[in-house]
Amino acid sequence: MRLRLLFAGVLAMALGGCDLPWNSPYPAADATANTFYAGFAERPKHLDPVQSYSSNEISITAQIYTPPLQYHYLDRPYRLVPQAAVSLPRPAYLDAAGRPLPEDAPASAIAFSVYEVTIRDDMRYQPHPAFARGPDGTHLHHALAPEALAGVFSLADFRQRDTRPVTAADFVYEIKRLAHPRLHSPILGLMSDYIVGLKEYAERLREVNAALAREGRGEEWIDLRQHPLEGAEVVDGRTFRIRLKGKYPQFVYWLAMPFFAPMPWEADRFHAQPLLAARNITLDWYPVGAGPYMLTRNDPNRQMVLERNPHYHGEAYPSEGEPGDFEEGLLRDAGARMPFIDRAVYSLEKESIPYWNKFLQGWYDSSGISSDAFDQAVQVASGGQVMLTDEMRDKGIRLKTAVAPSTMYMGFNMLDPVVGGQGERGRRLRQAISIAVDYEEFVSIFANGRGLPAQSPIPPGIFGYRDGEAGMNPVVYDWVAGRPQRKPLEVAKRLLREAGYPDGRDATTGAPLVLYLDATARGPDDKARMDWLRKQFGRLDINLVVRATDYNRFQEKIRKGNAQIFYWGWNADYPDPENFLFLLHGPQGKVSAQGENAANYVNAEYDALFERMKNMDNGPERQAIIDRMVRILQDDAPWIWGMHPKEYGLAHGWVNNRKPNQIANNLLKYQRIDTEARAEARRAWNAPVLWPLALVALLLALLVAPAWLAYRRREAAGAIRLRAGG
Amino acid sequence: MLRYLWRRLLHAIPILVGVNLLTFSLFFVVNTPDDMARMQLGVKRVTPEAIEQWKQSRGYDRPLLINPEAAGTARFTDTIFFQHSVRLFAFDFGRAESDGRDIAHEIATRMWPSFAIALPVFVVGLMAYVSFALMLVFFRGTAIDTGGVVFCVAAMSVSGMFYIIGGQYLASKLWHLAPISGFGDGVGAWRFMVLPIVVSLVSSLGEDGRLFRTFFLEEMDKDYVRTARAKGLGEARVLFGHVLRNAMIPILTGAVVVIPRLFLGSLVLESFFGIPGLGSYTIEAINAQDFAVVRTMVFLGSVLYIAGLILTDLSYTLVDPRVRLR
Repeated sequence: MRLRLLFAGVLAMALGGCDLPWNSPYPAADATANTFYAGFAERPKHLDPVQSYSSNEISITAQIYTPPLQYHYLDRPYRLVPQAAVSLPRPAYLDAAGRPLPEDAPASAIAFSVYEVTIRDDMRYQPHPAFARGPDGTHLHHALAPEALAGVFSLADFRQRDTRPVTAADFVYEIKRLAHPRLHSPILGLMSDYIVGLKEYAERLREVNAALAREGRGEEWIDLRQHPLEGAEVVDGRTFRIRLKGKYPQFVYWLAMPFFAPMPWEADRFHAQPLLAARNITLDWYPVGAGPYMLTRNDPNRQMVLERNPHYHGEAYPSEGEPGDFEEGLLRDAGARMPFIDRAVYSLEKESIPYWNKFLQGWYDSSGISSDAFDQAVQVASGGQVMLTDEMRDKGIRLKTAVAPSTMYMGFNMLDPVVGGQGERGRRLRQAISIAVDYEEFVSIFANGRGLPAQSPIPPGIFGYRDGEAGMNPVVYDWVAGRPQRKPLEVAKRLLREAGYPDGRDATTGAPLVLYLDATARGPDDKARMDWLRKQFGRLDINLVVRATDYNRFQEKIRKGNAQIFYWGWNADYPDPENFLFLLHGPQGKVSAQGENAANYVNAEYDALFERMKNMDNGPERQAIIDRMVRILQDDAPWIWGMHPKEYGLAHGWVNNRKPNQIANNLLKYQRIDTEARAEARRAWNAPVLWPLALVALLLALLVAPAWLAYRRREAAGAIRLRAGG
Repeated sequence: MLRYLWRRLLHAIPILVGVNLLTFSLFFVVNTPDDMARMQLGVKRVTPEAIEQWKQSRGYDRPLLINPEAAGTARFTDTIFFQHSVRLFAFDFGRAESDGRDIAHEIATRMWPSFAIALPVFVVGLMAYVSFALMLVFFRGTAIDTGGVVFCVAAMSVSGMFYIIGGQYLASKLWHLAPISGFGDGVGAWRFMVLPIVVSLVSSLGEDGRLFRTFFLEEMDKDYVRTARAKGLGEARVLFGHVLRNAMIPILTGAVVVIPRLFLGSLVLESFFGIPGLGSYTIEAINAQDFAVVRTMVFLGSVLYIAGLILTDLSYTLVDPRVRLR
C-alpha cells in the first residue's frame, strides 16, 4: 500500500500537477505565462548582426537589435519609420569638390551622399557581463583568466552584469565590423561599392589581422576604435554620419536591417577572448542588443528563448494603418506600450507533421500550412475564395494570406545560341515557350493555388507593380472579361514557326528542337514537376531534356553560363523595384561580372533606364520609366515570369495584432496573447484518453495468460510422463 | 590478451587513416572549397573576393592532397587533407565551418539525449526480444509459434516511419498521452522519452524477435540440450540456463555493433520526435557542406565501431570459456 502511494506521488510530481495535460511539451509553471510559442525547422547559423542574412536568422536577430529604421507594421505599401533614429534621415548631396547640391540635383552630378542619423537618447543595452565594472571602473570580464571560467559554460553563468546607454559610436563600430576579416559579412562587397573608404578599410584590417597571425596572436581582439573609417564617423554622442559614393537612395532600406544596428565595443572585446570562444560563448551565439527582447537561451538543437529586455526604452503600438485594419481589430492596442509578450519560446521542429499536430493542440500559437495539411486547413469556395475548413473555424483559428515580395521564375540563358540573344529568332522562341508553359496550371497543381502568376519581375506590394490590364504581359495574355487570359497555343505555335521551328523542328535542317533545363531536382515532387514541364514543352513539340544536378554543380553551370534554361528565385531585400529590376541589369551579368543577373540579359535601352530609375524617388516619372522597362522585358522574355508565391499563415484566436508583413522581421513586439483563453483551450483540447492504456494492458494479459497456462501445463505434463516412465 | 588488444589497436590506425582519406576524397569529389565557401557565405551577393578570403581564413586555400609547390614533407603536410585531418587523431575536432561552434562541445552536448533514448531501447529491447524469441522457441511447432512468426514477418514488413507517425497519431494526437515531440531538462525529459522508446521497441520487435528465434532454434537440436533434458531439467531452465548462454555469441555480435548508435543516435527518430541528439548532426553537416563536422562524425563513428568490435571479441571470452584471445 505504501509503495502504491509512493508511486502515485512520484507520478503526480513527474506530471507536474494534475492541471498539466499529459501531452504538454512545456513545464506546468508556464501554463498561463505570457509566452509566445512557435517552432523553427532550420537552426540559425549566425546571430552576429554583420553575418546573419537568411530569414531564419533575422527572425531572431530582428527582435534583439535596433537598427536606425524599421518598417511600419500596419501601413501598406511598406514604408520606413524611425526605430533607433529620431527621424528618417534625408541625404545631403555633395559634388566632387564637397560643395552641397540641391535635393533634385542630377545623379551624375552627385559625388557623395551624406546621411546624418540622430539616435534616441533613452536606449540602453540588455544586461550583459561585458558591461560589468569593478569598483575601480575597469571591466570585470574583459581579460578573463582560465580559473575565472571554472563552472562557466554559457553566458548565464556570469553573475555580474550591467548595461549602458546606446551611443552613436556603437553604430559606427558596427559599420566598421562589416569589414572585419574574421567575420565575412555577406554585404561587405556591396557596401564597399558605396560607403566611402570601406574597401580600403577592409584591406587595412586584413593586413592588421595577418600581422597578428604572423606573431601568433591570430585570435587577438582588433580594437576597431583605433582604426578610423572615412565613410562612417561620430558627430556627437547621439549623431553619426555615413558618407556614400554617388547617389544610392536604396541605402535607407539597409538602415532597417541588423547590419546597421549598434554594437558596443565592450561586447566585441568580451567575446573576442579565445577562452570564451572555446566554450562557444561568442557574439555569433549570444547577441547583445538594445531591442525589446534578449536571447536568454540559445540551444538551436532544441529551443531558443527570447525574454523581455528590462532596459528596453519602450515604443507605442501604431495608431494608424491601412483601410480595414480598424475593423479587423488591429488598432485595438493603438498607443499602448510595447512589447506585450514577456517571453517567446521557439522549439526545433524539423518535420511538418508534428508541428502541425502541435499547432492544432494549441502548443504552438501560429503555423504555416504544409502541402500535407492543406486540405485539412483550407477549402476553396466555388467562387475561388479561400476559406478555413469548419474544423479550423471551430477552433477559432484565423487565416491570413499575403503575396510574398518574391518571384520564382524560369530563366533563359541569353548567352545560349538557341534560346538566347537579342535576335528575332531567339525572342520569338522565348515568347512561344512563355505562352506554352501554363503557370496558372502550375500554381493550381503544385502550389495548391498559393501563388500569383507573374506578369513581370515586380511582385505586388512593391512600387512599380501594376495591377489589372495595365500590368498584364501582352506577349503572353489577352485581357478578356476583366482578367488576363493566357493566349491560345496556336499563337505560341505561330511564334515558334516564325522563330524557324515549325512543328518543333529546325526549318533548315529538319532536326527536332531539343532544349535543356538545368534543375536541382531531388524528390518525387520534383519529378512530377519536371514531367509536367516536359508536357508543357511537348505541346509545342519541343523535346525538353531535364538535367538534374546537385546545387553546387547547378550554381557552377549558371556561373559559367553553361545552362540553357533554369529555375531560380529571388526574395526581396527591401521593397524597392530596383531590388528586382537589377536582376536583369546588363552590367550585373552572372558570367561577365559574377552579378545577380543569372540570365545574362543585356539590353542597352533597359540598362540606361535602370541607371535612371534606381536613383529616383517614387513618383509618376519613376513609374513611367518602370513601365517602359517592364515592357522591354516582356517583349524580350529573358524569363518565363513564373509566379509570386502567396503565403498562408494560421494563428489561434488568442493571438492578437497579427498581420502579415513580408518585409519587416521585428514583429514579435506587436503581438499580444490572451493567455487565459489559451490555457483554457489547451485543457479542453488535450484531456488524456485513458481507455487505450487499459485496452493494451488487457490485450497483453490475454496474450500472456494463455502462453503462461500452456507453459505450466507442459511443465506439469513432462513431470507426469517422467514419473510414469520411472 | 593484452598483446591481442595492442595488436587490434595498432590495426585501427591504418583503418582510421583509410576511412579519413575515403571521407576526404568522397567529400571533395562532390564539393570544392569554393562550393563550401559559397554555402557558408550565402547565395546572395557573394563576391569572388569574399570566397577567397573565406578559404584563406579557414585554410582551404591549399591544394587538396599534394602540394606541388612545396618541398620535402611539406608537399604532403601543407595540404588541406593533412592540415584538417591529422589533428583528429588527437581528438582535436576543431570548429564547425557553418556556425563556428566547437565540435567537441557540440558532440558532448548532443550525445546525451541520443544516449538517453538509445540505452533503454537497447537494454529493454534486448531483454524483451530475447524473452519473446525464447517464448516462441518454447512453443515451437505450435499455433503460438506460427502466430508469433507471422506477427514477426508482418511487423518487419511495415516501414519504420509508419510506427513513428502511427505512434504519434495514436498516442499523442488522438489519446493525448504523451507530447508529440520535444525534449525536457533533467528528469523532466522522461515524458518526452516514453513515446520514442516505445515506438523504437515495437518497431524492432518483429525483426529482432525472429532473428533471435533463429539463433535459439539452431541451438535447440544440439547434444547438450538433449543431455540437459535427459538429466531432467525443466524447459525454462534448459532455455535460460543453456540455450540462451550458448546463443549469446551471435546475439552479442549483433548487439555490440549497435553500440555506436547509442551515442550517434537515429536520424529519423530524432528528427520526428524533436530529440536534440546527434542523429541529425551528420546529415545537417552534409547538407551544409560542413567538412569539419562530416570528417569528425565519420571518424568518431569509425572509432566507436572499432571499439565495439574489440569489446565484442572481449565479450566472447566471457560467454564462451573456450574462446582465447591471443
